Order: sequence, then C-alpha cells, then structure tokens
Amino acid sequence: MRRRDFVHHVAWTGAGIVYMLGAEGVVRATADAAPGTFSFVQISDSHIGYSGPANDDVRATLQKAVTGINAMPNQPAFVIHTGDVTHLSKAVEFDDARAILSTLRAPLITLPGEHDVIGVEGPKRFAASFGRKDAAGRGWSSWDQGGIHFVALINVGEGETMGMLGEEQLAWLQHDLAARKPETPLVVFGHVPLFAVYPEWGWTTSDGTKAIAMLRRFAAVTVLNGHIHQVVEQTDGAIRFATARSTAFPQAAPGAPGAKPGPLKVAPDSLLGVLGYRTVQVEGAGSWRERTLAQS
Amino acid sequence: MRTALLGAAALVALLAAAPSARPATVVHIRDDAFVPPSVTVRAGDQVTFINDDDDAHTATADDASWDSEGLNQGQKWTHAFAKAGKIAYHCTVHPMMHGTVVVRSGS
Repeated sequence: MRRRDFVHHVAWTGAGIVYMLGAEGVVRATADAAPGTFSFVQISDSHIGYSGPANDDVRATLQKAVTGINAMPNQPAFVIHTGDVTHLSKAVEFDDARAILSTLRAPLITLPGEHDVIGVEGPKRFAASFGRKDAAGRGWSSWDQGGIHFVALINVGEGETMGMLGEEQLAWLQHDLAARKPETPLVVFGHVPLFAVYPEWGWTTSDGTKAIAMLRRFAAVTVLNGHIHQVVEQTDGAIRFATARSTAFPQAAPGAPGAKPGPLKVAPDSLLGVLGYRTVQVEGAGSWRERTLAQS
Repeated sequence: MRTALLGAAALVALLAAAPSARPATVVHIRDDAFVPPSVTVRAGDQVTFINDDDDAHTATADDASWDSEGLNQGQKWTHAFAKAGKIAYHCTVHPMMHGTVVVRSGS
C-alpha cells in the first residue's frame, strides 16, 4: 500500500475519538503511542478563572489533564492548546494557567481563544505568557515535524467577528501552502471551528471557506479546533474536521432545543466523563490514528 | 479678571465632565443579550452593565472608545457618557451580541 493510500485509509476509517479524564477521577493514560512513533496531544478550553456551577475548580481539572499527559510512557512530540486558556484574560489567570501548563513534560504550543484576547491587555498578556517567537502576523505559524506540515491559525481577535482569519493571514496561508506537495499530510489547528458547526451560536469561522479551499488540493488534511467543548466530527472530501473537549466544562450540543452556548452544568459525578483531550498518533509510514485513552 | 475667567471656565469644564446626579441607567446581560438592547441617556449620565448571565461577557464600544473588559457572572461596570451621539457596542466574547447607547445633549 502506498503511503498516500494508507493515509487516506486511516483517515476515513479511523474512528476513535479521543477521550480522557477517567470517570473515577484518575486520569487513565494508557500507552497511546508505541515506541518510535510520532504523536502529539491537543488540549483545549481550560477557562482558568471560571468558577461556577459547571465547574468550581477548573485549575484542578486542567491539572488532571496535564498529569495524565505526563504519565504517558511515550511522550508526545508536543502538546498544543487550542485556546481559551483563560476565562477573562486577567493577569492572574494567565499566571495560574502558565504555572500548570509549564509542568508538561512535552513542549507546549498555545493558540489564543476569544477569552484570551479580551480588552486591550488580553492580547498583550497572552503574548507575554504563551507567544511564539517564530510566529508571523498576530501569532500564526507553521512547521514540519514527523513528515507532516503543521499549521497553527489564529481566528479570534480580528475585528468584531469571533471566528475570522482575515485577509493578511489568508495571504500568509496561501503562500505557506504553495510550496507543499499535494501528498504532504497537513494538520491545521485553530480555536474556533474552521467549518460551520453552528453559525447561529458563532460556532464557525466566517472566512473559513477561503482557507478550506486552499486545503482541497492536499491528499490528507486534518483540522483540529476547540471552542465548542465537545467532539464534533465532519468529513469534507479529503479534509477531516474535529473539535475537542474542554478541560473545564461542557457546552450544549449545537442547536439543542432550549439551549444556548455557555457553561453547561452536568451531574458532579459525570463532569470528568465529559472533559478531556485528544491524542493523535502518526505511525512510521505517516498515517494517522486517533485513540481513546481512557474508558472506564 | 483673567484669572477669574479661567477659573469659571475650569469649573464649567469640570461640571461638564462630571457624572450627573441622576441614577445610572441599567443594562442587564442575560441569555446572551443586552437587555434592553438600546438605552437613551443624557450627556453626563452613567450606564451600568450588569452580567446576570452564567457566561463571561463584555460591553465594548464598536469604535473602541470604551470597554468593560471581562465581566464574570454577577459583576458590573459603569461608564459615564460625556458627549452626545449614538454609540453601538458589542460583546467581544460573543460578537453576535449588540446594543446601542443614545446620548442626548444637554439636561
């Protein structure tokens, strides 16, 4: 089987979504990656600073996630946090988040969510705490690792629209992708879903279709986002989209009757069962697999 | 004489900038909306934004002239509107939320 075919095969059939904080309160991090394989972890929506009925200790649940990732026998190449690290962009929230996330054994990459760029100071605090020196524009970046081309997009903080990339970033993306061969596997990160999950709740990127059009010539593309605090998957041609769970609190299913976006209270003994993170394993041949880490 | 005129001018400027004695107009934030979505005040009046919602919100002028920054549930923020005009505002966390403050001149 050619590598390209295998990438396709796994992308279409690979099934599993992720999941992780054990229902009994202990992170059950199984050996997700075999020795010698390349893997990474996506963590999202920690909302440090939130305290309410949906979760009265968001620092503790983020700490559980970090502890679980650190316990993986084969450490991921990196951990990417896809935004809303904080709840209100306050200095103490960034300090608390950084104190926990800095204990990760693997290198950390962090993207901002709309909760991280509130007011004049929010973007400055995010940049001071988690900004990447090699990033372009307002913080977008790309790199090659494990045979994959990774792209980290910023789709918050552009004008008054929550999910928006902007012309400058789209031009950068077009230039960045132009040099890549169609068979190069792509993984694209961002906070707000690049595809239209539920625009009525702002769960979309208004100019996301322009970015998606640039991705269509590639044979295997995975787009991983946060923002909606639950796993929703969609496949469009060779592009597989997936959103991630939060480490803080769940939100209602898109368009659920009588529901609105925002923190969703669940039974206390159910909370850890709806929080989590995602591991992605890239086998030696460059294929993809997502794997459930913890099932009670 | 010149000193007296300057003093009077300073007093007028101070009075113009100071908040009025009228109670603040209240805008509640609930169910991802500003309630009421439009309020009318007089120059010098204050508007208090109260977050009654279970999510974080902001009240942020579209022209960036004022910004509550993040308000958690139960928190409030008050702003005095010195100049007449119509100011549209939104929530930066939920950009689909919009409101308007209409400021009329004089008392």
